[in-house]
Amino acid sequence: MNADPVTPAPVTPAPVTADRIPLLSARNMTKRFGGLTALGGVDLDLYAGEVLALAGDNGAGKSTLIKCLSGVYQPDDGQLLFGGREVRLGNPREARELGIETIYQDLALAGNLDVGANVFLGREPVRRVFGLFPVLDRPAMRAASQQVLESLDIHTSLDRPVEDLSGGQRQAVAIGRAIHWKARVLIMDEPTAALGVPEQRKVVELIGRLKTQGVGIIFISHNLSDIFAVSDRILVLRRGVMAGERLIHETSGEEIVKLMVGG
Amino acid sequence: MPELNAKTASVEPPGSERPKLLHSLGAAWPWLFLIGLLVFFEVWARISYQTSFVLNLTNVQSILLASVQPLLIALGLTLVIIAGGIDLSVGFTVGLAAVVSARMMQLLDPGLPALLSLLLAVVAALLASVVVGAVNGFLIARLGVPPFIGTLGMYGVARGVGFLASGGSTVATNNPLNSALGNGRLLGVVPWPVVVTAFVALFMHYLLSRTRFGQYTYAIGGNRNAAIRAGIGVETHTIKLYMLTAVLAGVAGVIYTARFTAGAAQAGEPTLLDAIAAVVIGGASLFGGAGTVVGTLIGALIIAVIQFGLVFIDVQPFWQFIAVGAVIILSVLVDQVRSGRGRT
Repeated sequence: MNADPVTPAPVTPAPVTADRIPLLSARNMTKRFGGLTALGGVDLDLYAGEVLALAGDNGAGKSTLIKCLSGVYQPDDGQLLFGGREVRLGNPREARELGIETIYQDLALAGNLDVGANVFLGREPVRRVFGLFPVLDRPAMRAASQQVLESLDIHTSLDRPVEDLSGGQRQAVAIGRAIHWKARVLIMDEPTAALGVPEQRKVVELIGRLKTQGVGIIFISHNLSDIFAVSDRILVLRRGVMAGERLIHETSGEEIVKLMVGG
Repeated sequence: MPELNAKTASVEPPGSERPKLLHSLGAAWPWLFLIGLLVFFEVWARISYQTSFVLNLTNVQSILLASVQPLLIALGLTLVIIAGGIDLSVGFTVGLAAVVSARMMQLLDPGLPALLSLLLAVVAALLASVVVGAVNGFLIARLGVPPFIGTLGMYGVARGVGFLASGGSTVATNNPLNSALGNGRLLGVVPWPVVVTAFVALFMHYLLSRTRFGQYTYAIGGNRNAAIRAGIGVETHTIKLYMLTAVLAGVAGVIYTARFTAGAAQAGEPTLLDAIAAVVIGGASLFGGAGTVVGTLIGALIIAVIQFGLVFIDVQPFWQFIAVGAVIILSVLVDQVRSGRGRT
C-alpha cells in the first residue's frame, strides 16, 4: 500500500489524552552512525498512564530510539521534551534523575547480589558508624525493596542472590528498581522475551498495574499478542522512520505486520 | 486474582531445590577443613611426640608468621578476583617494595633518626608498589588488556626493576626499628607483622562487606554491564582495585625487609601461588562475583597449617606442594558441587 518508506502512513490523530501535556515528547529524533541513518526524524508522544508500544523489524531503529530517550545516545538532530520542557540528556544518569528509567532486555541485574542490593545498585544508602565509618544501610535497602515488591504484589526471597530467582521474578526486581526510583517514564525492551507463558502474563499484569499508577510506559516487543494485551497505542518503525501510528483498538495484527514489513 | 499472583510469583525456579544442607556445608567447608587439619596434627603430636600441636605458643606464632605474606597478597587479590580480574604481578611487587625499602634505609641510615628513616623507606616502598598497581589498572581498565596478560607483563617489569635496584643480591639494612618491627612482639607475645596483617585484614573485611566500594566490587564481578548501567565508575574502580592490591603487596615487602633486615627482589616470588590458592580455598570464584575476606583468611591459615604441620610431623618438605595443590583442586570441586556448576 505504502511503498515509499519515507512517507509515514496516515497518523491517527488526537489520542484520548490529547488535552494534556505529554510526559515525554520526541520531535524529529535523528541519529546517524557514519553514513548510516539509524533514526531519521521520528516523533513520539507519551502520556502519563499510557502504554506506547514500539514495533518494527530488526534494524528498524527501535533500540536506537530508546537509547536516545534514555540518554545512552545523544541524537544528532531533534528535540526531547520532558513535561513540556526541553531537555538534553548527556548520559543515562541524567535521564534517571528526570525519572526516565530503562529496563533492558538483559535486565542489568548483578546476579550475585540480593534483591535489595540490585534495587539500590549504584545508589546505596549509607549510614555512619561512630560518625566516622560509612557503612551500607542494608536494613533500609531490604525494607525499601520489600515495600516496592509488595506494592507490585511480588513475593520472593529477598536474601537470595538474584540469579536464584526465576526469570519473571528477576523482571519484577528490575521493574521494582525503576518504581522505587520514582520512574515517571518506564522504557521496557522486550520484557517478556525470555519468559515462560505464566511469567509473561505476570509481567503484562505488572505493566497494567504501573499504568494505573500513572507511569508512562514505552514497551518494545516482537510479540504482537503481548503488544495488543497491554498497549494503548502502537508506533511502528521501519528502516529508521515512522511507518505508522495506531490506537490499539482501531488496528489489527495484520495491519501492524504490514506496516512493519512495508507491505 | 491476588491468589493467582501469589501462586505465579512464588513458583520456585528449577534447581533451587538444591539441598540447603549441602549449600551451607559447602560454605562452611574451609572452616571444617581447618579444624580437621588442626585435629589431625594435634592427635599426631599427642601420639608420636606426647606434646600438643595447637597449645604451643611457638607453633601458633610460626603458623601466623608464615601466613603473613601470602595473606597480605591474598587480601588484595580477593577483591581483584571478585571483580573478575587476576593479578600475577603481586609476587614481584613484594620484592620490589622490599628492595626499595632496604635501599632507602641504606641511603638514610644512620644519618637520619631511625624512625624517620624507616618511615621514609616505608613510604618509598609503598609508592613504588602503587605505581605497579596503577600501571596494571590502567592497562586493564583503560586499554582493555586482559588482566592475565597485563599483570604478567608487569610481573616481568617489577621483577626486572627489583633485581636492577638490588644489584642482583640482597640489600642489607641496619635500622634497629626496622628489625624491631619485623621481629618484635606486641606484649612479648604477638609478632608485629601479625598485628599489622590483622589490622589490614580487618580493614579489608570492612571495605568489602560493609561499604559501597565492596558492593561495587561484587557488582562488577557479577555483571559488568549492569554495574556500568547503574552508573558505577567501573574503569576507575578497577584501577583502584589493582592499586590497592599492589599497596598490600608493598606492605608485605616492607614486612619482609623488616623480618630479614634485608630486601631481596625475589622476596615474594614463591608466595603468589599460595596467595591465589588461599583466595580459591576461601571460596572466591575465579569467574568473579564471589568471595569473602574471612574465607581468604581461613584459606591462608589452611595453607600455613599444612606447610608447618607437615614439617612438624617430619614429612619431606616437597610433600607440601602436593598437599596444597590437592587442597586447591578439592576446594574447587566442593565449590562446583555446591553451585551446581561443573557438569554440563
